[in-house]
Amino acid sequence: MSAFAVEDLTVGYGDGAPVIEGLGIDVAAGAVVALLGANGAGKTTLLRALAGLEPARSGRILLGGRDLTALSPEDRVRRGLALVPEGRGVVVELTVEENLRLGGLWRHRPRARRAAVEEMYALFPPLERRRDAAGHTLSGGERQMLALARALLARPEVLLLDEPSLGLAPQATAQLLGVLRDTAARTGLTVLLAEQNVTGALSVAQRGVVLSLGAVVADRPAAELAADPALRHAYLGF
Amino acid sequence: MDRFVFLISAGLARGAVLALFALSLVIVWRAARVVNFAQAAMAVTAVYAAFAVTAATGSYWAGLLTGLAAGALLGAAVERGLMRRLPAHAPLPGIIVAIGLVMMLQAGLAIAFGPEHRPMHPPFSERPFLIGGVPVLSPYDLFTLIAAAAVMGALALLFGRTSLGLQLRAAAFAPETSRLLGVRVPRMVTLGWALAVATAALAAMLLVPTELGLNPHAVDLLFVNAFAVAVIGGLDSPIGALLAGVGVGLLVSLVTGYASASAAPLAVLALLTLVLLVRPGGVFSAKEARTA
Repeated sequence: MSAFAVEDLTVGYGDGAPVIEGLGIDVAAGAVVALLGANGAGKTTLLRALAGLEPARSGRILLGGRDLTALSPEDRVRRGLALVPEGRGVVVELTVEENLRLGGLWRHRPRARRAAVEEMYALFPPLERRRDAAGHTLSGGERQMLALARALLARPEVLLLDEPSLGLAPQATAQLLGVLRDTAARTGLTVLLAEQNVTGALSVAQRGVVLSLGAVVADRPAAELAADPALRHAYLGF
Repeated sequence: MDRFVFLISAGLARGAVLALFALSLVIVWRAARVVNFAQAAMAVTAVYAAFAVTAATGSYWAGLLTGLAAGALLGAAVERGLMRRLPAHAPLPGIIVAIGLVMMLQAGLAIAFGPEHRPMHPPFSERPFLIGGVPVLSPYDLFTLIAAAAVMGALALLFGRTSLGLQLRAAAFAPETSRLLGVRVPRMVTLGWALAVATAALAAMLLVPTELGLNPHAVDLLFVNAFAVAVIGGLDSPIGALLAGVGVGLLVSLVTGYASASAAPLAVLALLTLVLLVRPGGVFSAKEARTA
């Protein structure tokens, strides 16, 4: 029984050749899957299409057996599919606290929402110290923490993460991925993690899926992928 | 000195109306990234609804509420029916459609109600209070100031303190991120238009009784000045609309009183030019403007 499935998905921009073509992935409930691939492999396009930000030309996106393909991004979130987008996920004009509240508005009643915000402060102590700071004053690491906390606040079933380590110091990356792994283990959250930082991603994932030119070229246990130099050379560039 | 006090108090009431109308332009700009050139025509249409209800019932207050509701409905209808269907990421189609809408609404009103000025009676006296023999605000000016302050206060509370306001702000600043957080952004844009046009309708209803009367073009000059105010204050800044509105209201009043009425538009234009030269984003604009 897979929590999350993509069937024969094709996505493209304008009239151009498809960026993703006939792609299929099954993700078991509670699994952490790394989505790997070089620049331009289609990772971001895939995640944006899953979240509903790019329309699918064909194919289906299933969550717990229900078809989400026809739904708008806001309705997919309400069904439990959350995306932390690359880079600018924080509304920089709002404060840390407002960003967090915004993430829980549809999910929680006011009292439960305050409790959920406090829970996130406990999980990410640096955010509590900056709770009244405007988003644009946050460092890159704090922004990424805030974006992750805000997504977790709504208790999604499936979390899509696009390059959370982008621009972060190694220590901040390790901390973020650690929180992610612990949360997934504790709550049964299913995670699809797109990363350039292959070593980091494979250290928290059980399974890795390698994309190249919009198609899946390898789908194996994380340990096996990490130990296969031929594959790394061919698709991951190191 | 007497004259100065009188001009200042008259300028305050005029400034409150200007600030309110400029605020309505700021709300649309923030919600939809469009300067709504049809705001005056839409507001005057709502005033005609208010006028009709007041004429039928004899109650100014029933007319006022009708005007607000008509403004909100018209704002929502124009966003849903017209603006939403335009191509995104290009400013020109919105401007052209808005100008077309101005022509249709104003011609439609002239056909339906005639082009003449219909007198609208204020609910309170326009005879100024005398304080120590000096004429200051009239009761109607006072009503205008209180109504404008109450509406601005209510909007500040709505945007700053409520969950709905948080969603309205987030949807305006970062639509895509907001959708990823489950905010129904299209609904927020419609709501922004409804709030804005209702606010513009209120400004128009406060203005018209102090002028010649109701006519399809009765709010045009208010729009021109309020647009200048919104640009001077910074199109993104509600506080800018408020302060620039009061400032321009005082300026117009003082120039009219000490120089001549025909010099007042030139003074506004000169101020606008100066602001555009020195601080093109507006006096109260944020340092870093968001483009996407």
